[in-house]
Amino acid sequence: MKPAPFAYARAASLPEVFDLLDRHGESARLLAGGQSLVAALNLRLSSPGILLDINGVEALRGIGFADGVLRIGALTRHAELGADPLVARHAPLLARAVPHIAHAAIRTRGTIGGSLALADPAAELPACALALDATLVLASRGGERRVAAVDFFQGLYQTALRGDEVLAAVEIASRAGQACTLQELARRHGDYAIVGLAAQAGPPGAGVALAWFGVGGTPLRTPRAEAALVAGDLAGAQAALAGEIDPPADLHGPPALRHHLARVLLGRAAAALKGH
Amino acid sequence: MRLPLTLTVNGEPVSAMVEPRTHLVDFLREALDLTGSHAGCEHGVCGACSLIVNGAMLRGCLMLAVQAEGAEVWTVEGLTESGAIAALQAAFLARNALQCGFCTPGMLVAAATLLKANPTPTREEIREGISGNYCRCTGYHAIVDAIEEASRA
Ligand SMILES: Cc1cc2nc3c(=O)[nH]c(=O)nc-3n(C[C@H](O)[C@H](O)[C@H](O)COP(=O)(O)OP(=O)(O)OC[C@H]3O[C@@H](n4cnc5c(N)ncnc54)[C@H](O)[C@@H]3O)c2cc1C
Ligand code: FES
Ligand code: FES
Repeated sequence: MKPAPFAYARAASLPEVFDLLDRHGESARLLAGGQSLVAALNLRLSSPGILLDINGVEALRGIGFADGVLRIGALTRHAELGADPLVARHAPLLARAVPHIAHAAIRTRGTIGGSLALADPAAELPACALALDATLVLASRGGERRVAAVDFFQGLYQTALRGDEVLAAVEIASRAGQACTLQELARRHGDYAIVGLAAQAGPPGAGVALAWFGVGGTPLRTPRAEAALVAGDLAGAQAALAGEIDPPADLHGPPALRHHLARVLLGRAAAALKGH
Repeated sequence: MRLPLTLTVNGEPVSAMVEPRTHLVDFLREALDLTGSHAGCEHGVCGACSLIVNGAMLRGCLMLAVQAEGAEVWTVEGLTESGAIAALQAAFLARNALQCGFCTPGMLVAAATLLKANPTPTREEIREGISGNYCRCTGYHAIVDAIEEASRA
């Protein structure tokens, strides 16, 4: 299908984005990679009055590392994330997630900011942000505020972003040398996951974060399974999942299918973390 | 609302006025009559609209034409004229890797992108490289054969 008509404006700086958001309010939508938004426009699932194209905003680009913290600009494309040496060193979980995201042609354009702001419950990067204890930097005319990933994802496609804010960057304390793995099951290569698991170990003795995607309205952690896994009790961790995830029934199958797949993925993740 | 657009398509400079809602593949097909790239699903799933923009493959249905301001775009027509995909095209023909041909322009772009990054892919890597492109006719086997043949040539 073809989209309904809309207006279009390019912003060259953050102040310009804020001006445009002020002027157009609710009728405006930010356009980043467009790999979800343009698809929704074509399907007429969304019909904004104006698109504010942020692709020219330099302040939203780039990947840097300072004082032990990796900062990834919101406009970083999935393909760049997967190829960046700083990401590979300080947040290898993100690099491992990239090949699972859609297909090469979509990774050329899709951005980490768009992925986190959209908050698809079956997407890889929101779960990685949760597993990495990432901090999201939200910018508005009034300045920046920092929100922990756990507080950012609030519900199905709902985040802490206000209408006057732009997700500017993601900050992650270095995970260099710490084990991690991304496991997922999808029907076809590049599809959104049926069930997925982003697992990030801390420094030796400090535990492991298990962040699940595709099992509920938001990515979520499973603390009891984490505790059992750290104690070396894989079977206990797998059993704990039954009380910690409550997956929906959908076209893929009943909740029992996802419970089963989650146990399988946890087993694979435990083996991968051990082999690190 | 129509906005001015200037870009390069298959090496030629192009200027036009476009509606913001026109996506790139429709602009190429309707304004420039470059009907090689196809619009299939128009939501990013089928890959029939695959193009090379600024050196990388993308979905022509998920980029607005106005976003291609200043860009360098290559379509299957330009890649054919330049000879860049001649070996792949010969192999597709030899291996019966097309039937109706709807997917073929996108498949060729995906295959060319794959071979540029990985000149001697395994069959598994070929399948992954074309995983974003649907073919409703061939069952993929012949396409994998053709790409493999082109890579061994
Ligand atoms: C066929 C197909 C398969 C896909 N498969 C997967 C998959 O397996 N896994 C996966 O994770 N994703 C998948 N995607 C989605 C893809 O990763 C998108 O790129 C991503 O979800 C959105 O990023 P974007 O930059 O394209 O955002 P856009 O589409 O431009 O925007 C998405 C939303 O986020 C808002 N937004 C964007 N940037 C910002 C910002 N900086 N601040 C505030 N709001 C912002 C927009 O206003 C919009 O509401 C798939 C897409 C397609 C078409
Ligand atoms: S038409 Fe673009 S992916 Fe199907
Ligand atoms: S040859 Fe008909 S869709 Fe591929």
